[in-house]
Amino acid sequence: MDSFQIFTTSTSLVDSVDKKLLVVLRDGRKLIGILRSFDQFANLVLQDTIERIYVADTYGDIPRGIFIIRGENVVLLGEIDEEKEDESPLRQVPVEDVLQIQREEMEAKVKREKTKHRMLSDQGFSVDVAEFGELY
Amino acid sequence: MTGNIGGLPPFLTLVGQPVTVELKNDLAITGVLVSVDQFLNIKLDNIKVVDEERYPHMLAVKNCFIRGSVVRYVQLPAPSVDTALLQDAARRERQQPATGARK
Repeated sequence: MDSFQIFTTSTSLVDSVDKKLLVVLRDGRKLIGILRSFDQFANLVLQDTIERIYVADTYGDIPRGIFIIRGENVVLLGEIDEEKEDESPLRQVPVEDVLQIQREEMEAKVKREKTKHRMLSDQGFSVDVAEFGELY
Repeated sequence: MTGNIGGLPPFLTLVGQPVTVELKNDLAITGVLVSVDQFLNIKLDNIKVVDEERYPHMLAVKNCFIRGSVVRYVQLPAPSVDTALLQDAARRERQQPATGARK
């Protein structure tokens, strides 16, 4: 069985080191930073990280500095194409505005989920409550 | 880690083919398969996000690395899969499981 190992492709992040990457986390956060190192668990070290929050056609950035991310929380890494980023139709706005809208959206969503949960329970269904924070 | 179906490591014949990866968070990404590893981590090139408007953050991303643990499905082009070979190998596997597998 081991003789097949030499034919196995290997997915390495070494080509992505020192590049500006988008990291999507399991809780739905999007971080943009320069990948400095990684390991076999996809634990990552990101430098000059910003957390970008998207709302409708706008976004806001929060500078975060250096991040060490535990691999189990990583959904995907994307290499950012600088040219395409310049063409983006999204507007950058002050981060406070974005956070405000995000808060309102979150409250509305929680309310909807609660109503749905109650209605289903009343009908006799058992509803799975998503793990808190794991919203993608 | 994964068994050898048809005598080759899984996905090896698919490198270079377009595939669609559906993640557990419902995001689906189409791209050319660059590489796969023992954890089924996937690297895709020239990606196109299915249902782009819902995921504006992916607009500027051309290629990506997807952690194997978040993959729900990998949709393969039908002509790439030799179903006859697969059926044979699965039947053989059932009669004589590889070491470590329970019957």
